[in-house]
Amino acid sequence: MRRLLWPLLVLAALLAVNLFFTPSFFSVEMKEGHLYGSLIDILRFGAPLILVSLGMTLVIATGGIDLSVGSVVAISGALACLRISEDGGVLSAVVLALGLCVLLGLWNGFLVAGVGIQPIIATLILMVAGRGLAQLITDGQIITVNSPSFKVIGGGYLLTVPFGILLVLVVLGVTAFLTRRLALGVLIESVGGNAEASRLAGIRSRGIVITVYAFAALCAGVAGLMIASNVSSADGNNAGLWIELDAILAVVIGGTSLAGGRFSLGGTVLGALIIQTLTTTIYSVGVPPETTLLVKALVVAAVCLVQSPKFRDKVFRRAGPRASSRPAAEEKVRVTA
Amino acid sequence: MDVPAPVLRMSGIGKQFPGVRALDGVDLRLLPGEVHALMGENGAGKSTLIKVLTGVHPADSGTIELAGRTVSFAGPLEAQQAGISTVYQEVNLCANLSVAENIFIGREPRRRGRIDWKRMRARAAELLERLELDVDVSAPLSSYSLALQQMVAIARAIDVEARVLILDEPTSSLDAGEVRQLFRVMRRLKEEGIAILFVSHFLDQIYEISDRMTILRNGRLVGEYLTRELSQVALVAKMIGQELAELERLHGEARTFDRPLVEARELGRTGAVEPFSLTIHEGEVVGLAGLLGSGRTEIARLLFGADHATSGEVAVGGAPAALRTPRAAMARRIAFCSENRKRDGLIPDLTVRENIVLALQATRGWTRPVPRDQQDELVGRYVKALKISPANPDHLVRDLSGGNQQKVLLARWLILEPRLLILDEPTRGIDVGAKAEIQRLVAELSDGGMAVLFISAELEEVLRLSHRVGVLRDRRLVADLPNDDTLTTDTLMETIASGGRA
Repeated sequence: MRRLLWPLLVLAALLAVNLFFTPSFFSVEMKEGHLYGSLIDILRFGAPLILVSLGMTLVIATGGIDLSVGSVVAISGALACLRISEDGGVLSAVVLALGLCVLLGLWNGFLVAGVGIQPIIATLILMVAGRGLAQLITDGQIITVNSPSFKVIGGGYLLTVPFGILLVLVVLGVTAFLTRRLALGVLIESVGGNAEASRLAGIRSRGIVITVYAFAALCAGVAGLMIASNVSSADGNNAGLWIELDAILAVVIGGTSLAGGRFSLGGTVLGALIIQTLTTTIYSVGVPPETTLLVKALVVAAVCLVQSPKFRDKVFRRAGPRASSRPAAEEKVRVTA
Repeated sequence: MDVPAPVLRMSGIGKQFPGVRALDGVDLRLLPGEVHALMGENGAGKSTLIKVLTGVHPADSGTIELAGRTVSFAGPLEAQQAGISTVYQEVNLCANLSVAENIFIGREPRRRGRIDWKRMRARAAELLERLELDVDVSAPLSSYSLALQQMVAIARAIDVEARVLILDEPTSSLDAGEVRQLFRVMRRLKEEGIAILFVSHFLDQIYEISDRMTILRNGRLVGEYLTRELSQVALVAKMIGQELAELERLHGEARTFDRPLVEARELGRTGAVEPFSLTIHEGEVVGLAGLLGSGRTEIARLLFGADHATSGEVAVGGAPAALRTPRAAMARRIAFCSENRKRDGLIPDLTVRENIVLALQATRGWTRPVPRDQQDELVGRYVKALKISPANPDHLVRDLSGGNQQKVLLARWLILEPRLLILDEPTRGIDVGAKAEIQRLVAELSDGGMAVLFISAELEEVLRLSHRVGVLRDRRLVADLPNDDTLTTDTLMETIASGGRA
């Protein structure tokens, strides 16, 4: 649990900044039987990112990366909206969209584990082609739908809580169950920690890797439905644009190494919340729109530095002299030996 | 004979790690122009002592004097600048750079801000000549053998006015000729007055090269001895703290083997090993002897399905078997402890528990986790049986010493209760005590009916354990000899040398 300490501190700091600028930031009210408040908004608007990040966590834990999730978000929303605008069957639209997403994920997994293409290249294909596919589905237009039941996914409420938040909890619960109660987690970590040793231990690493990419695409698909439902329209160009980068960032902030191996679902959720809170904060503090990206980049860089044990050692050396400077010292050995 | 003043003196060194007292009042002195062996079992504190000396870890207590002045290093770089250089077991160089670049990386001779390539090559050549090595310094390092790469690492280390050179298990991946080459270089450096601290698990090498030794046990100093005054048996006894148990006659009464378990017929893989035929019976230990690179590991990998055979066939228990993947071999209850436990064995980021149950979990697939109490039972049993230390199953495997890592790997396969256990160099780089334990275990397992394919570079070990010995030479299985009274290490060596034609 100690590795969740720094993400928690960062999140607390961001919330404190908000509280300073907006004293009513923490208040949660009940309006017309629904929960309202800035904190609820962060959770609600952060829901798609959390979902995408959860899938990304497992992919990164196997030592891979999935750049195509943003495009899958767009495809999922586009196909669902197209289907609804044609005959209005929400359930069939959702099933169809998620089915296609799983297929796309299997395709990614096949390229990585079956053909042996490097993950960053393999998923780059779908990242680029997928945007095209989404535009093809929407015919280059923004498809607008008017379906109250579709609207529930991203904008509805259940038992006073926004439906999206509940959906995240369900996906998080399922993921935690699959990886930690069942043995998927340890096998993923094993494949990511040492692929050849895992093969020699009899692990079907190919199957694990394909499963993980399919899961990531499925998560992206659900996120795509959420985004499309929230605005009742599908925009092939902009839906989920750059969300893959935010998701990768969330995973890293959450303490999962890009090299693969150990992963932390809790850390990823915290990471995604940090990014969403940061976005909210930038608006609430009143940063001019043209500088928001720059400010975000600076804060993210600071967050990453603060999380790096090496950096902390260097900066706070006086506070803890050499007690934890082992990694840095060992690296010197390698250089000098 | 009077003793010159020590160039380095460590006294009363203590080091505490969370939960472990790694060093307790250890003294060490190094005399100029001597090779000093640092001896002890895995976990005795050798590595920690070296790390304290080179400034990787600060000492909790005690002092270090270099040439009479008290010193304390903040890191290996400072230690090196003061004249203490270290060469590690794994060569930490860049194989894609040239020999000269490797020697001067980070401190290239410069002229007007640019690297002076000519001077760099000249100085590198000069340096290697000092070690009596004939090397083309502009060739990439990867074009030379591991032994030569090690020498280059040494050349790099001694270029910086070294007074003390630490060699941490430099010989564990070298063959006999390469070891000789290394020893020649070490003697050369000795003559120049450099004090060499040498760590190795090979007793013969210690006796060949070292003048003096310091023995550690459980983080405490046992004593300092002149090598020529301490017999090998006495050394082993001091290291493990008891008289060495009887190692001879590991097996019970002689048995006959008539139930073939694994039969390979003309099995081969182009470029790896020529087609060979080999039958392993139930309860039989078959040893494979041969030089490094003679095809020992390749045979093991074929029998485990780690590589695909390009010719021949295998039958397991009489039925033909296509061993195309490790899973297929595991389904026929064949297990394989690989030689390179870091690369092909353990998952360093996972815990001891997770590493031990990994293969069992793999056979069950991810949907059926091994229940926690079964995990606890299995892991607890093997941690105890194999004396894995620390005995905490939630320790990360990468923090364990080499011998304990090997035991974890062994435990992973033993819980599958295989019918054939393939052990590729299971005792390499581990200490005498753990070695004897593993040998005893192999004998017990085979007495219990398990077949074992035992690969080792140490002929004596192969002879002691095996019922039958296959001899390899130049990627060919040249002989299949029953291990009776007439078979000795000498005849084995002759067979290896002559290719079985004698």
